[in-house]
Amino acid sequence: MTAPAKRITDIGPPHYEKFLPPIIKRNYGQWKYHESLAPGVLCHVSETGEKLYSVRAASPRLLSIVTIRFFADLADKYCGGYLRFTSRHNVEFLLDDPSKIEPLKQELREAGYPVGGTNNAISNIVHTQGWVHCHSSATDASGLVKSTMDALCDHFTEQKLPAKLRIAVACCLNMCGAVHCSDIAILGIHRKPPKIQHNVLPKVCEVPTLIASCPTGAIRPKNVDGKQSVEVVEEQCMYCGNCYTVCPAMPLNDPENDGISIWVGGKVSNARTAPKFTKLAIPFLPNNPPRWPEVVDAVVNIVNVYAQHARKFERMGEWIERIGWPRFFQLTGIEFTRYHIDDFKNAGQTYARSAHIRF
Amino acid sequence: MADDTKSKTPLLDELEKGPWPSFVKEIKKTNNPTCEDLLGQLELSYEEKKGHWKHGGLVGVLGYGGGVIGRYSDVPEKFPKVAHFHTLRINQPSGWFYTSDALRTLCDIWERHGSGLTNMHGSTGDIVFLGTRTGELEPTFKDLTEAGFDLGGSGSCLRTPSCCVGEARCEWACYDTMKLCNDLTQAYQDEMHRPPFPYKFKIKCAGCPNDCVASIARADLSIIGTWKDEIRQDDAAVAECAAGGLDIQKDVCDRCPTRCMEWDGKKLAINNRECVRCMHCINVMPKALRLGKEKGATILIGSKAPIVQGALLSSVLVPFVPAAELYDTLKELVKRVWEFWDEYGKNRERVGELIQRVGMANFLDAIGLDPNPAMISAPRDNPYIFFQSKEEK
Repeated sequence: MTAPAKRITDIGPPHYEKFLPPIIKRNYGQWKYHESLAPGVLCHVSETGEKLYSVRAASPRLLSIVTIRFFADLADKYCGGYLRFTSRHNVEFLLDDPSKIEPLKQELREAGYPVGGTNNAISNIVHTQGWVHCHSSATDASGLVKSTMDALCDHFTEQKLPAKLRIAVACCLNMCGAVHCSDIAILGIHRKPPKIQHNVLPKVCEVPTLIASCPTGAIRPKNVDGKQSVEVVEEQCMYCGNCYTVCPAMPLNDPENDGISIWVGGKVSNARTAPKFTKLAIPFLPNNPPRWPEVVDAVVNIVNVYAQHARKFERMGEWIERIGWPRFFQLTGIEFTRYHIDDFKNAGQTYARSAHIRF
Repeated sequence: MADDTKSKTPLLDELEKGPWPSFVKEIKKTNNPTCEDLLGQLELSYEEKKGHWKHGGLVGVLGYGGGVIGRYSDVPEKFPKVAHFHTLRINQPSGWFYTSDALRTLCDIWERHGSGLTNMHGSTGDIVFLGTRTGELEPTFKDLTEAGFDLGGSGSCLRTPSCCVGEARCEWACYDTMKLCNDLTQAYQDEMHRPPFPYKFKIKCAGCPNDCVASIARADLSIIGTWKDEIRQDDAAVAECAAGGLDIQKDVCDRCPTRCMEWDGKKLAINNRECVRCMHCINVMPKALRLGKEKGATILIGSKAPIVQGALLSSVLVPFVPAAELYDTLKELVKRVWEFWDEYGKNRERVGELIQRVGMANFLDAIGLDPNPAMISAPRDNPYIFFQSKEEK
């Protein structure tokens, strides 16, 4: 009898060197500068004089193995089988022969994968799972991305904005898509306190952990029909879903009240100004699948007003800081409400603490 | 009689139209029976405006405490093929580079064991295999490890570290991001696979202050490349930019945050002592300006999304570490940070929130770092100082 094969564990990811094209291995760490040849096409030039061409195409992120195999076939046909994905879910083909750029672009476009996303374009939307695969989502992510990018696709394939514009979608406040530092953020929100399932709660949740999970201390112990449970002080609840994360008996889903909020002006790059958080633009828009027209219109409007008014190189947040928030609301026609005024921790830091007022 | 030609998913079918690649087409393309039920359940969500996945569920592979996200349908009687629809997170190679053969191997494994649907990639960076049954987890894992792949992180562990493309394709990389990311990932396999912490911990390696992996917003430990010496300048290439229509005064000098550049129409003068390494001028003139030669990274700590106590950006912990010393410095620093967090962090408290709660000065004492004015945007503006009694000695 042969001994069973040893179970392999803790090997970590495969070493990246196995996947680098020869031109990258030869010029690793020796890149001198790059040029943008066209939307979606970059040329990196090495100290050795060698040139690497990257062709970037959009992807829905949710990819079937059929499409991944199609990308693999394209890589074999055009660039020796080497490709990569970007931090914004685009796919990039790595070529050393410039004569193959146009045929590759054409084949990508014909297959329905637009080429672009470089420089002053709207790149792919970083997003979360939504109704496709998540238990706490207040909306779908893939449908919002598809609807929004259908409307903004020309900004992916062209580079005509004042600066780069980054959009992110997260379907609840957990923000797996980290939308808190994007030029425009589309964020799914709940608006009603959790509906406590007193009959299951004692079986599936630890009450002290549940109480400790609430950022505002809104959850208190309560005896219900002789069983240990909790109550929620509803005025203190801001529907963050922390309690639901630690206790499945606290669901927040509510089709009538769940929806979308829109945030603007964040960035992660240090270029010019420091990285900054997104700020609330629109507190609530309805969940309206399959096309979310209210959300798409709101985002397109913000993009258009920004494109028309911002100066060259000004990111969304830099433009708004220059013109001031009153003018942002005026130009975009977005209503300013009591919900825009922060009332969480350190809220006072966002009050206008000067007499600098534009008229 | 029912009309068989009528689509069962009219709402989702709408999302097959339009110029942007369609995720609905992707789901249909798999031709996998599981995906029929996935579409059916998703259509129901679109009708009802409500998700239909149950909360969590503990599943995994033997000996690992993470890497698999349990997912069960709350309408399994209607959609039995997605009754279990678990996710596997698979640690991506540094920089998300692949060969076509490696991708095909992954596709073949997933065709055998799951839905054939993936995310390339998840928000943290993993390859995500979306949807399989409990019984398929161990066989999938076996095939993956035999092909040289391993699971990523989930739960209260070190989440899968990620990095930008770095020296593989970018002239702005101030250190070898892909190597550092890979080395750290290999060094902390135990912390990734067997959750030891109060909550999640993320590491992201960005090669320069442009921060293409959003490390300052999304990583508990953000490693952002920078340089110490002077910006390298090619005067002929600067003149070429000006001749090509770039308004160097307006587009470069006036956009510099510290106004450390002067342009007299012929020569660009940079006062490097005033430069904050923001990257704007280099981004605008990549051929004419290059970052310096004395390269390394700034180490920052504490960023996170809102849950639980509000979103945070990372803040400076070590202003500069030379590239050659990064790995050893980080290993020692991470050890001290984790020790303190393990002891004092509350359940589900990220390290950034712990620092907010105990104060940065106490945190520095705990990990043995001296205070440095580069760590703050300004000294305190309140007089409520806790003096230490040992101070006088």
